[in-house]
Amino acid sequence: MSLSGAPVQAGGTSTQNHRVDVPPAIELLGVNKHFGPVHANKDVSLTVRKGTIHGIIGENGAGKSTLMSILYGFYQADSGEIRVDGEPWPIRSPDDAIAAGIGMVHQHFMLVEPFTVLENVMLGCEGGWRLGEGQSAARAELERLEREYALEVSPDAVVGDIPVGLQQRVEILKALYRGAGILILDEPTGVLTPQEADHLFRILGALRDQGKTVLLITHKLREIMAVTDYVTVMRQGQVVANVATKDTSREHLAELMVGRKVLLRVDKTPSSPRQVMLEARDLRVRDRLGVERVKGVSFTVRAGEIVGIAGVSGNGQSELLAVLAGMVPRTGGEISVAGKTLPQTGRRDARDMRELGLAHVPEDRLRDGLVTSFEASESVILGYHDDPRYNGPILLDRRAVVAACADHMDDYDVRPPNPRLQSANFSGGNQQKLIVAREMERDPALLLVGQPTRGVDIGAIEFIHRRLIAMRDNGKAILLVSVELDEIMSLSDRILVMFDGTIVGEVAAADATEQQLGLMMAGIRPDEAAKTASAGGRG
Amino acid sequence: MSVRGSAIPRWVDIGVIPLINLVLAFLVSGLVVLMVGESPLDAIYWLMVGAFGDGQLYPYGESIGFTLYYATGLIFTGLAVAMAFHCGLFNIGGEGQAYIGGLGVGLVCLYLDFLPFILIVPVAIMAAALFGAAWSFIPGYLQAKRGSHVVITTIMFNFIAASLMVYLMVNVLIQPGQQSPESRRFAENATLPLISDILSGLGFEVSRSPLNLSFFWAILCCVLVYYFIWQTRWGYAMRTVGQNQRAAIYAGISPARNMILAMVLSGALAGFLGINQIMGEHQRLLLNFQQGYGFTGIAVSLMGRSHPFGIALAALLFGALYQGGFALDNELTNVNRELVVVISGLVILFAGALEHMFRPRIEGWFRRRAEARLVAAE
Repeated sequence: MSLSGAPVQAGGTSTQNHRVDVPPAIELLGVNKHFGPVHANKDVSLTVRKGTIHGIIGENGAGKSTLMSILYGFYQADSGEIRVDGEPWPIRSPDDAIAAGIGMVHQHFMLVEPFTVLENVMLGCEGGWRLGEGQSAARAELERLEREYALEVSPDAVVGDIPVGLQQRVEILKALYRGAGILILDEPTGVLTPQEADHLFRILGALRDQGKTVLLITHKLREIMAVTDYVTVMRQGQVVANVATKDTSREHLAELMVGRKVLLRVDKTPSSPRQVMLEARDLRVRDRLGVERVKGVSFTVRAGEIVGIAGVSGNGQSELLAVLAGMVPRTGGEISVAGKTLPQTGRRDARDMRELGLAHVPEDRLRDGLVTSFEASESVILGYHDDPRYNGPILLDRRAVVAACADHMDDYDVRPPNPRLQSANFSGGNQQKLIVAREMERDPALLLVGQPTRGVDIGAIEFIHRRLIAMRDNGKAILLVSVELDEIMSLSDRILVMFDGTIVGEVAAADATEQQLGLMMAGIRPDEAAKTASAGGRG
Repeated sequence: MSVRGSAIPRWVDIGVIPLINLVLAFLVSGLVVLMVGESPLDAIYWLMVGAFGDGQLYPYGESIGFTLYYATGLIFTGLAVAMAFHCGLFNIGGEGQAYIGGLGVGLVCLYLDFLPFILIVPVAIMAAALFGAAWSFIPGYLQAKRGSHVVITTIMFNFIAASLMVYLMVNVLIQPGQQSPESRRFAENATLPLISDILSGLGFEVSRSPLNLSFFWAILCCVLVYYFIWQTRWGYAMRTVGQNQRAAIYAGISPARNMILAMVLSGALAGFLGINQIMGEHQRLLLNFQQGYGFTGIAVSLMGRSHPFGIALAALLFGALYQGGFALDNELTNVNRELVVVISGLVILFAGALEHMFRPRIEGWFRRRAEARLVAAE
């Protein structure tokens, strides 16, 4: 495989390198880990062959992060053995892991933003009293690593100034600089565009071809199929399957993860859009610091359709959603809801927008969508606490509130179904279901949805997606913002792509390809993107 | 599956944990008493007699009345702190708000005393609330609209209140022809009857104490505050702002409006102290009648976990400590007033500042139980 070549092909191309007598890079034997009464890892045994990309896949809470934390020395296993290169190697701290040649790229980067790439890479192993000596040696080593793996990172760039995709490569460089032969990547593509993700996969391919071993933790089936040689599926703390990627399929893996058959494609009929429910004209939003985040955006959403907004996070989608929901004031432009143009002056807040028939599933459920210290029943009336249904003449009608919460929990299969439990004590997926239930059960004419399935497991994703389609078929207008391209493509009828606060273009979902959307997400106009995508689109 | 947040039941939160802290405070106080050469058991005996004496134990027959009288004032200022706290604000200006609230009461009693008793009481209560609320409105407004921290502004307003009162008492409201800066005595119909007088009138013989009808108003305030905070949509909105401002904005709840409302209500509650002190005990307007109540109210609210029931208990405790301290001072030769302050300080230290010493362990125990139940449910 050439370093600058096409995206990595599915299945291992380098498995022929393995001979039987090469000891595995990592062996975990019967690892157990308890947190209180929770058995996070049950008898986990795992063999990672040297010079392969090994995927670990599972739903949230399946125990993959716990397992990797044990391997990297953040936690100690209650029982079990870790072998590195065939030798028993007790790992009691990250230092032990680093000594064993294990490097980790965290989901949230551990970088000092005002430092240069070189300074970040050297951090912790400066060597000697004078910085200069170590620096020139480090620079030489860094340049060698970059050449070898085509990382394309300048050593003198300031980390805070470079894009997220490059920051991630700095993390990889850090691990390699410390002599890592085994690299663990925890959900590495969450913040990347599809192109950046493909680039990352090429780098991982190059690392493998140089004899490095890569452990890739993810919940995205697409990535597993695209890049790994072997895959381990975890469910409820146990390993349920160890397979070669080429012998399996997305559907099969999804079934193993969830424990039952899962519909990956969303079944839907073509939409039948009707009257315009939401129209934005030249909408502008500045944040508190005065930076313009939404720079003149115009679009419509009709009853009976789902309009998706794609984009790498941080390109104005959050602010767009916030201004439509009435959470922040607009600095320019017009908004019409159901044909009525909202007055330019006067305070409008989220309550006014709800009175116009709008409901909103917020992007960040823990910060916006519920109050973690409240009981579930109290979180279920957030935004609707003034509703006469929940109120007597003066006092809240607690019985009605608890009954409504119990109904929602029943309809949306929230577990545990206890309205008096504190909101914080539900898992992410169940919190999300509570919020979705609250907003959808108002039967709004217009629904704004931000990241509806972030951190939600596959079973719940399927459920939420079906509900959204059902609402659309009932003639509701839905505006969907998501950074998951798969989600946007499978749910939307029309797709708008945002880049740097503007809408780059619109594509009908039926015609959209991932390559084209990916290019648009990087700011390339749709006609050019279509050309480039069709010219280079093989993978 | 993990359980985040606090999983402990409310009764443990406002009952068991403060009790453990209190016991610890008394154990350490016992050591201090030992160090000065007195028996801790004697100290506890005289503290209890001094605070709850029932009339048989001369000379502390009136003590229960005094204890409840102090508790009444502390309930008002404790509720005031709790009200603001539920909206995420730390109102340490109860002292000033109570002072100005008392001014309102005094003005009503001095200048509207042509009204009959039955009218002047509600008017005085409203004046206490209005004056106290006005004094907390300004810090509340500055916090909500301008981001000036209430801790800074309310403490400043304590000083302004003190200066203003000195000016008014010395220059305006002083009774002509006397030295001390006090107003004239209120007319009979502009004072609250003492409970000891009422009971004597009914034929029960009790010793005289300043405990007056405000006590019942304080109890009623506890109930009203409880219902307001937990059982109305306005209290709900206020708690949402206090717990998560972004969620409040998402829900269309205005943080600014609720902060101002919380501060205004907080100031009104603090202002009620004036009813107890001015209309009940002193029956004239004078300086420094609020001394210390505002600040002790912070400890009361902390110890009562910002819950009216807990606040009532904590107010009773601090009232008892204060009153019992006199007996301790009188009866034990090596114990003086300052040592009583040390004991109060230890209670505040353990119940307030070291509140988290045992909490994680107790929470951990309940969390493990909750987790076990979750696992069993799945």
